[in-house]
Amino acid sequence: MKGYMRYFGKKLIWFIITFIAAFLLNFILPRLMPGDPVAAIVARLAQGQSNASGVQAIYEQYTELFGTNEPMYTQFLLYVKNVFQGDFGFSFSQYPRSVADVLRSSIWWTVILQFPAIIIGWILGNSLGALAAYRKGWYDRLILPVSIFASALPAFGMATILLVIFGVTLKWLPTSGGYDVSMIPKLNWAYIWSVVVHYQLPFWSIVLIAIGGQAIGMRSMSIYELHADYVKYSRFLGVKDNKIVRYVFRNAMLPQITGLALALGTMVGGALIAEIVFSYPGLGTILYNGIMGQDYPLISATTLIITIMVLIATFAIEILYGFIDPRIKAAQSD
Amino acid sequence: MKKTIRQIFHSPKFVVGFCMFMFILLAVAIYPLFIKDKPLTIISQGTFVPPGIYVNVYDSLNTKPYTLMLDAAAAKRIASKLSADDRIAIKEWLVAVGILENQIDTTDTKSLLELWGNNYDPKKQLPGMTYAKTRYYQRLNAALEGILSTEGVTIAATDTLTGTLQAKATVKQSDYVNINEVPNKRVLLLGTDNFGRDVMTEIITATGVSLLIGIIAGLIATGIGLILGLAAGYIGGVVDDIVMFFTNLFTVIPTIVLLILISFSIGQESRGPVAIAVVIGFTSWVWTTRSVRAQVISLRNRDHVSLSKLSGHPVIRIIFTDILPYIASYVFMALILQISSAILIEASLSILGLGPRTTEVPTLGLMLNWAFIYQAQILGKWWAYLPVIIIIALVSFSLNLMNTGLDQVYNPALRD
Repeated sequence: MKGYMRYFGKKLIWFIITFIAAFLLNFILPRLMPGDPVAAIVARLAQGQSNASGVQAIYEQYTELFGTNEPMYTQFLLYVKNVFQGDFGFSFSQYPRSVADVLRSSIWWTVILQFPAIIIGWILGNSLGALAAYRKGWYDRLILPVSIFASALPAFGMATILLVIFGVTLKWLPTSGGYDVSMIPKLNWAYIWSVVVHYQLPFWSIVLIAIGGQAIGMRSMSIYELHADYVKYSRFLGVKDNKIVRYVFRNAMLPQITGLALALGTMVGGALIAEIVFSYPGLGTILYNGIMGQDYPLISATTLIITIMVLIATFAIEILYGFIDPRIKAAQSD
Repeated sequence: MKKTIRQIFHSPKFVVGFCMFMFILLAVAIYPLFIKDKPLTIISQGTFVPPGIYVNVYDSLNTKPYTLMLDAAAAKRIASKLSADDRIAIKEWLVAVGILENQIDTTDTKSLLELWGNNYDPKKQLPGMTYAKTRYYQRLNAALEGILSTEGVTIAATDTLTGTLQAKATVKQSDYVNINEVPNKRVLLLGTDNFGRDVMTEIITATGVSLLIGIIAGLIATGIGLILGLAAGYIGGVVDDIVMFFTNLFTVIPTIVLLILISFSIGQESRGPVAIAVVIGFTSWVWTTRSVRAQVISLRNRDHVSLSKLSGHPVIRIIFTDILPYIASYVFMALILQISSAILIEASLSILGLGPRTTEVPTLGLMLNWAFIYQAQILGKWWAYLPVIIIIALVSFSLNLMNTGLDQVYNPALRD
C-alpha cells in the first residue's frame, strides 16, 4: 500500500507542477508580445463593433482584469484571483454575457462527446491491432494500411466525409448543432433523442480516427511481445495458446495505456476541430467563435479549460495505470 | 549505405508511399509550367462554379455551325430541363386527377410528358392545393411547352442608331459547334471556390506551400529534438533532468493550446506561412527529444563509444562518428512524421482561423477554412473541400507509409 501511495504522491506532485506551468503559459504567452496588449486587443475589437458603450465597458473591464499598469507579479496575482473565482471577464463577441456563462454549458458537451469517443476508439483500435498481430496474413495486410490511412486522415477530414455521406447525401443524420434548433433544452424524450441523433456523426468521426492510430501502436506492441522469450518458453512448456495470448495482450496493453495518456492532448486537439465541422456546441466551436470574433478573454479561458481537462484526464489514466501495472507495485515496495 | 537503400526500396510499403509522395511533388513542380495564372486571381463572378469545361457562349454563336442529325438530342434536352423534383410534382398531379400510380414512370420522360399533355388543365383547381402550388404547375407547364417546340431561336442585336432589335442569325436545334473552333474556353477541373478562384490552380500552389511549411517545421522540430535529445542522453545528469522536465511538461500540455495562444498573440499581420511553420516547429519537438534521448542512452555505454572516450576523442567527434550514424535512420523517420504532422497542424490552425494570413498564396488549411466558412460541405460543393482533404490525406498517408516501410526495414521484428 505504501508503494502505491508513493506512486500516487509522485503523480500528484507532477500533476500540480504541470497545472502551474500550464497556468503560467496561459498568462505569459499573450504578454510576451511587444506592445500594450489591452490597446492592441481593443483596437482589433473596435473594428466592426458598433456598440460604443459596449466597447468602453469592455475596455475598462479589461484594463482592470489585465491591470497592465501594475507590475507583472501583481498582474499575475490578479489573474490567479480572478480565475479561481471563475471570473474570466466579459466575452467581447457576445457582450454582455460573461465568459464563464458562455463556457458553462459547452464544457459538458465536449466532455460527453470526447471522452467516451476517445475511450471507445482506444478499445476498438487496440482489439483490431492485437488481432492483426495475432492473425497476420491477409487480415493484417488489410488492417495495417487501412489504419495508417485512417490515422493519416485528420479528424476534421473524417468529420467532413462522414458529414457529407450521412448528413448531406443520405440525409440520415443532422449536419450541425448539438440538438434540434427548434427545441428548447428540456429533459424530455424528444430532446434526448434529438441530442442522441446529433451526437452520432461527431462521435464516430472521433472514434474512427482514434481506432487507426491505436491499432498501429497495438500491432507493433503485440508483435514485439509475441517474439519475446517468455512466449517461446511458454510454448515449449506446452501452455495453451489462449493463455499465452492473454499474457501477451496484457503486456502489450500497458504501453498503450501510457501511450493514451501521452497522446490525449493531440487527440483532444483533433476532436476540437471536428466539433467545428459539425458546429457542435462544445469548446471547439466556442474557441472557433472566439477566434473569429477576436474575443481574447474567451480564447484564453477556453484554452485554460481544455488544458486542465487534458491534465485531469492524464492524471486519471496514470492513477489507473498504477493499479493495473504490477511492476509499479514491485518497484515501489523495494 | 548502398545496401540499405536497396533494402529500403524493396519494402513495398515504402515504395508505394514514396511514389505517391513523388507524384504529388511532381504535380506541384510541373503544373505551374503550364498554367501561369496567379493562384488567387478571381476568375468567376459568384461563388462555387462547378467543375467542367466552360465554352464562351458569345463566341460559340459566332463560330460556324455544323448540322448534326442526332436522334437522342431532343430527348436529352427535355430530360436535362426536367428536374427530379419536377417529375415527382408531375406524378403528384397525375395521381390527383385519377391516374393509377403504377401507370406513371417518372424515369420515362416521353410517356410522362404524354400523360401530362393529356391530363393537365391549367384552369383546374385541385382540392386542397395552395395557390403557390397551382402557380408552380402553371409555370412548369409553360416551361415544358417551350422545351417541346422544334423551332430554332433567333439571335437579335440592338441597332445602335434606332435602338430596335434586328435579327442577326437563327440557331437551329440541330446546330453544333466544334469546341476546337471556339476561341474562348476554359477547363475548370475543380471549378471555382467561394471567391470565384480556380480551385485546381489554388490547390496545387497550396500543396506546395503546405509542404514547405511541413518541411520547415519538421526540420526545426527535428533539429531541436535532436540537440536536446543528444544533450539529455549523452551528457545526462542535471542537463538530462532539466530537458526531461520540460519535455514531460510539454507532452501533457496540449500542443494545440500553445499554438492557439502563440498564433493569436502574434497577430494577423505578421502571420505568414514561414512564421506559422516556425511556431509549429518550436512546439512539436517533444516526441523527437524523447526518442532520441532513449536511443542515445542505450548507445552511450556501448563498447565502441567507450573506446572512443578512452582514446580521448572530443565529445563532438564522438557524437558525430559514434552516435549520430546509429540514430540517423531513426531521426530520418522522425523527420518524416514531423513533416506529416506539421501539415496537419497547419490545416487545423487554419480551420480555427489562425492560419497564415497571406494575400498571395493559399495553404491547404486556408482553403478548407474558406470552404467551411462558406458552408461548402452543407451546400454540396464538394470540389471546394474534398480535393483538399484528399490531398492532405494522401500527403500524410504517403509519408506515414514511408515511415512504416522504413520501420520494418530497421526493426526486423515488425516484418511479416
